[in-house]
Amino acid sequence: MVRLLSATAAIRTHTRMNMLSPQRQRLVVIGNGMAGMRTVSELLARTPHRYDITVFGAEPHPNYDRIALSSVLAGEKTLDEIVINSRAWYEENKIRLITSDPVVAIDRVARTVTSSSGLVAPYDRLLLATGSKPLVPPLPGLTLPGVCTFRDIADVGQMIAASETHQRAVVIGGGLLGLEAAWGLRRRGMSVAVVHLMPTLMERQLDVAAGTLLQRDLDERGIAFFTNGQTEEITGTDHATGVKLADGREVPADIVVVAIGIRPNIDLARACGLEVNRGIVVGDDMATADADIYAVGECIEHRGQVFGLVLPIWEQAKVCAARLAGDEDAIYVTPPLSTKLKITGIDVFSAGALAAAAEEDEELIYQDKKRGTYRKLVLRDNRIVGTVLYGEVKDGPWYFQQMREGTDIEAIRDRLILGEAAASLTGTVDPTAKVAALADSAEICGCNGVCKGTITGKITELKLTTLDGVRAHTKASASCGSCTPLVEGLLALTAGVDAKAAGPRPMCKCTTHGHAFVRRAIVADGLKTIPKVMQHLGWLRPDGCHSCRPALNFYLLCAWPGEYVDDQQSRFVNERNHANIQKDGTYSVIPRMWGGQTNPTELRAIADVADKFGIPEMKVTGGQRIDLLGVKREDLPAVWADLNAAGMVSGHAYGKALRTVKTCVGSTWCRFGTQDSTSMGVALEKMTWGSWHPHKVKLAVSGCPRNCAEATIKDFGVIAVDSGWELHIGGNGGIHLRGTDLLCKVETPEEVLEYCGAFLQLYREEAYYLDRTAPYVERVGLDYVKAQVVQDAANRKALHARFLFAQGFAQFDPWAAGGHVANTFKTLVPAE
Amino acid sequence: MDGSVVSGAQGTHWVEVARLEDIPRLGSRVVATATGDIALFRTSEDIVFALDDHCPHKGGPLSQGIVHGQAVTCPLHNWVIDLNSGEAQAPDVGCVKRTPVQVQEGRVLLALRA
Repeated sequence: MVRLLSATAAIRTHTRMNMLSPQRQRLVVIGNGMAGMRTVSELLARTPHRYDITVFGAEPHPNYDRIALSSVLAGEKTLDEIVINSRAWYEENKIRLITSDPVVAIDRVARTVTSSSGLVAPYDRLLLATGSKPLVPPLPGLTLPGVCTFRDIADVGQMIAASETHQRAVVIGGGLLGLEAAWGLRRRGMSVAVVHLMPTLMERQLDVAAGTLLQRDLDERGIAFFTNGQTEEITGTDHATGVKLADGREVPADIVVVAIGIRPNIDLARACGLEVNRGIVVGDDMATADADIYAVGECIEHRGQVFGLVLPIWEQAKVCAARLAGDEDAIYVTPPLSTKLKITGIDVFSAGALAAAAEEDEELIYQDKKRGTYRKLVLRDNRIVGTVLYGEVKDGPWYFQQMREGTDIEAIRDRLILGEAAASLTGTVDPTAKVAALADSAEICGCNGVCKGTITGKITELKLTTLDGVRAHTKASASCGSCTPLVEGLLALTAGVDAKAAGPRPMCKCTTHGHAFVRRAIVADGLKTIPKVMQHLGWLRPDGCHSCRPALNFYLLCAWPGEYVDDQQSRFVNERNHANIQKDGTYSVIPRMWGGQTNPTELRAIADVADKFGIPEMKVTGGQRIDLLGVKREDLPAVWADLNAAGMVSGHAYGKALRTVKTCVGSTWCRFGTQDSTSMGVALEKMTWGSWHPHKVKLAVSGCPRNCAEATIKDFGVIAVDSGWELHIGGNGGIHLRGTDLLCKVETPEEVLEYCGAFLQLYREEAYYLDRTAPYVERVGLDYVKAQVVQDAANRKALHARFLFAQGFAQFDPWAAGGHVANTFKTLVPAE
Repeated sequence: MDGSVVSGAQGTHWVEVARLEDIPRLGSRVVATATGDIALFRTSEDIVFALDDHCPHKGGPLSQGIVHGQAVTCPLHNWVIDLNSGEAQAPDVGCVKRTPVQVQEGRVLLALRA
């Protein structure tokens, strides 16, 4: 029947075309979204000149990647980055694009469409790509301000705006869409609750075990869940104030996002008398009951199935384009589907059956609770019919391929659940080797249906060397990006390039960002408090942890000297108590001895303090000072007061700070000495004391190359020679002993000071917290440091000036200034 | 009823030990009691917890740790203790004794044995 209609229509169309326009037929596309434009792209690739094409879009934007809206909401991509076809593309291809003007009627007799502005466009062929609408249950309160759906750019704009002025969000729906919305809002600093009708999350893609793991992980990231939650109404009078559940629970909120699913948008098709059911009914040729009208994407129903994932829609676009180009043999078959979740750091893969459904079905399950990984395979007749992976999804595409190809797994059954490496017994876990082992037909990018052979072919043909290049030319990894590691592996394998542009380790579990990114953002975005940083960068836990807070406190202190107010509660105990905590909870106190020099007055005062406070042990340190060990916390302020009274100040022996400047006696006394190393050391210590750093910093000055002050295992070491001073950087003792690198040689003490200040400032501004200068220098390279500090004199002077500016605020004695916090050292006693 | 003892139950009394503002936000103060030091913690949301000032690992003074969320990290070896339950965060295992605490009109009250 369909075929007959189609043939008649083709003849009729031909006749009409011959009369009206000798060359071109008119194709009108209703819907400027991914499905419609993909069809147009495929059509242009096959036959660029066959049609005059007019596209109507309801939104004001050119075609964009709707899948990537979650990434825009999460702040990981900008709107510009998700545009698939720019306006220039439409112009180049001579496509008439009409935006913000939805089609409101189709006249199948006159063969025209009419837009809301009254525009009438005649067609020879019509393509319906009207997509879907958000599924919205009939709830009281739906029309209140503060309620939105998650479907288009306008929705995302509304959510981002709300996140900037409001605190609390509720998302109704714990499926793929709802969770991505919740995550995006969480990343934007909102406190988020998800209301879900079912007992576990994403129940259509995940079994109970994986859904439970997912909930636990999202819970740890600060999203609250109300499962088994039937929303009864959205509360509020002039703005949404929350949702009320049928069991009486109430969840307060400033915005409510309804994201329970989508339904095909079939209004136009129904109104013009086309056959519709749940969606617009199409045949295997993607034509509707009217052979001149085609339909693709989320608006259609094919053999009883409707669509929400992108892969089958790309297939539909391909078939529809082939048909429009005159290929009468193109047939659409729904491919097997797999699902991934686009939440950074949470890996989920699901395909086929979620559980054994028949008696002969079997399940293989592997779970590692501590690592939070889970995998389940559903088997039927020795073949995989379903896969659920959580936490570790690298093997997803391989299982999926075995599933599609119907591979008999009997021979590898005992190792199958451990993944491809174990099953193929290659024994290697190197990702590049893994991807090397895949067949050319193995699917790499599930979103865009790109297999390995296509990618390696393009890499070779076009000499691609970057991830972006592969994305541009193959579309692999261009949508959700979860196959990026595999594509990088293919680049490494085929082009021999290390494309690992990604990969910076997150600072800690509170964030997905690495140190470098956070440091840059603090400066670039003008972030000046810890809460601002956390909100702006979407910290996952409201006040961070013991690992990120001290790092952020230092980064802010370094970026905004004189402006940032040091947060004592984000300092490790030693820096808060200006003393070094010992294993029994007592402290060690070390006064500063400039360049290791002392005198009878200081020594007497130290002896008196030891007697007065019953200090059990005294010791000479490796940094040429005296350590008072076993001081009680309550005694600290009084000990400091006595030491201050004798002219001594804190030695910062407890801090990620300038510690000591070790010296030898130099030319004043030593018969080998070439310069006055002690005075040089004192001058360096007077310049650098009080400075905060990513880690402890030690200096030394030796008066001759015999190097008695051990300057070549210091962060900044100076060795006097006849003609001046050698400057050495990046050394340390410790677990990984590292000798210094020679930075350069200078002639005067003033130059020693300038180079020292410049190098320390460079380290302060660029190193990651808890990296000493040794790993910093190894990371950036000695040549880089030389370029910044030695070769570029203007830059050196600027760095030195910034160091001195910061010192203007840092050089105060915390022991003397400690009066206002001294009372926290006191133990409270209950009132009687 | 005097100013400090608010109520008694099962041999304990609510005893005022501090004003809320005596405890820094995301910080701690130590209270000396007959049964040993108790650490008072104040979260960013002004919730106050009271736990023995003694890490189950090596006895470190929890009061000197960094407070984050409803947890404190011990200053000696970074064990993270849940202030609600007193339990150490996995994989570490151990528990710190909690003492009932309440804040009334800015007064911090501990349930101490009479």
